[in-house]
Amino acid sequence: MAHSEEHSGGGTKEILRVTLILTVLTIIELALGFWMMGMPLESTSRLATKITIIVLMLAKAFYIVGYFMHLKHEIRNMIMTIVVPLALFIWFITAFLYDGNSFRHLRNTYDPHFKEQATIKVEKKEGEHAAEGKEARPAEEKGAAVEQPKH
Amino acid sequence: MSSTTTATASKMWGGGKSPFNVEYGKLMMWYFLMSDAFTFGAFLISYGTIRFSTNGWPDPNEVFRSYPFASEGVHAPLVFVSIMTFILIISSVTMVLAVKAGHEMDKKGVVRNLILTILGGLAFLSCQAWEWNHLFHEGAWWGRNPFINHDGTASSTNFTNFFFTITGFHGFHVFSGVIINIVMLTMTLMDKFEKRGHYLMIEKAGLYWHFVDLVWVFVFTCFYLI
Repeated sequence: MAHSEEHSGGGTKEILRVTLILTVLTIIELALGFWMMGMPLESTSRLATKITIIVLMLAKAFYIVGYFMHLKHEIRNMIMTIVVPLALFIWFITAFLYDGNSFRHLRNTYDPHFKEQATIKVEKKEGEHAAEGKEARPAEEKGAAVEQPKH
Repeated sequence: MSSTTTATASKMWGGGKSPFNVEYGKLMMWYFLMSDAFTFGAFLISYGTIRFSTNGWPDPNEVFRSYPFASEGVHAPLVFVSIMTFILIISSVTMVLAVKAGHEMDKKGVVRNLILTILGGLAFLSCQAWEWNHLFHEGAWWGRNPFINHDGTASSTNFTNFFFTITGFHGFHVFSGVIINIVMLTMTLMDKFEKRGHYLMIEKAGLYWHFVDLVWVFVFTCFYLI
C-alpha cells in the first residue's frame, strides 16, 4: 500500500493560505453581523446583508470541503458522486422555504387570530416560568425595552 | 450503440484498477458524510421553513449576548460564539496538520496535532456546555422560551426547540469526533499505524472532524448571524 505519496496534494503553504481565508471570511461575517444590528427590521439592506452572509458561508464551506477535506484534489468522478446528489438541496431549500412563506401569507390572510398575535406586544415574560425568581431581572429589562416603541 | 453487442459477460465490476483511486474506507466515509449532510440539511431546512411561516422571530443578538464570567446585564452579542467558531476552525487546521504528518510517516507530528485537535474539541464542548447552562438558567429549554420576538411580540417555543435540537445534534457530533480522535491517538501511540505502514486511518477521522467544522459553519450562520 504505497498510496501515501499520491495523496499529498496540499503542502503547509496551502494549509496556511486556507486558514487565513477562513479567518478573514469569518471576520467579515462577524463585521456584517454587527453592522446588521443597526438596520431596521424587514428592510432591503438587512436582507441584502443576510444574503451576503450566506454567500460567505458557502465560500467557507467550499474551502473546508475542497482543501481541508481534500475533495478538490480527488478524481473528478468521485467529486461528482458526492457533489451531484447534494444538488438536491437546491430544490429542497427552495421548495420548503417557499412553502413556509406561503403558509405565513395564507394564515395572515385567512386567520385573524394568527395575524393579531403578531401585533400584540408582550409586557413581560409569560407566567409559566415565573416560579424561577432569579430570571426575573433580564425579563424586566426586556419588558422595559419593549415598552418604549409602544408610545 | 454497438457496445451492447459485447455485453454478454457479467455486468459486475471485475476488479482491477480502483476507479476513484481512494481506499474503500475513505470513500465510504465520504458517502456517510454525504448522508449526514442530508440529515443536518433536513434539520436546518425545517428550521428555515418554520421561521419563514412565522410572524416575527427572536433577535439572536438579544438571546446570545453573554459570555462566561460576565456581569449580569452584559450585552455582548456575537462575542462568545465567535470564540467558539475560531476554536473549531483552529482545531480543523491542527487536524489537517495531523493528516499531513501522517502522510510523511511523522509519528511525533501526528501525536502532537491530534492532541491539539482533541483539546480544541473539548474546548468547544465546554463552551457549548456553558452556553446551554446559561440559557437554561435564563429559562430556555425544549418547550419553553423566555425570549420575545425582535418586534416585541410573543415568541413561540419553536425557537428554543430548534436551537437545542440542532446545536445538540451538532454537539453530539463534536463529542463523537473527540472520541474518534482519542481512539486514533491511542492507536498512534501503540504504533498500530507504524506497523501497518500508513496513517490512512487518521485521514478518515480527519474527514469526520472537518465535517463537524463544516456543519458548525452552517449552524453558526443560521442561528447566530441571520
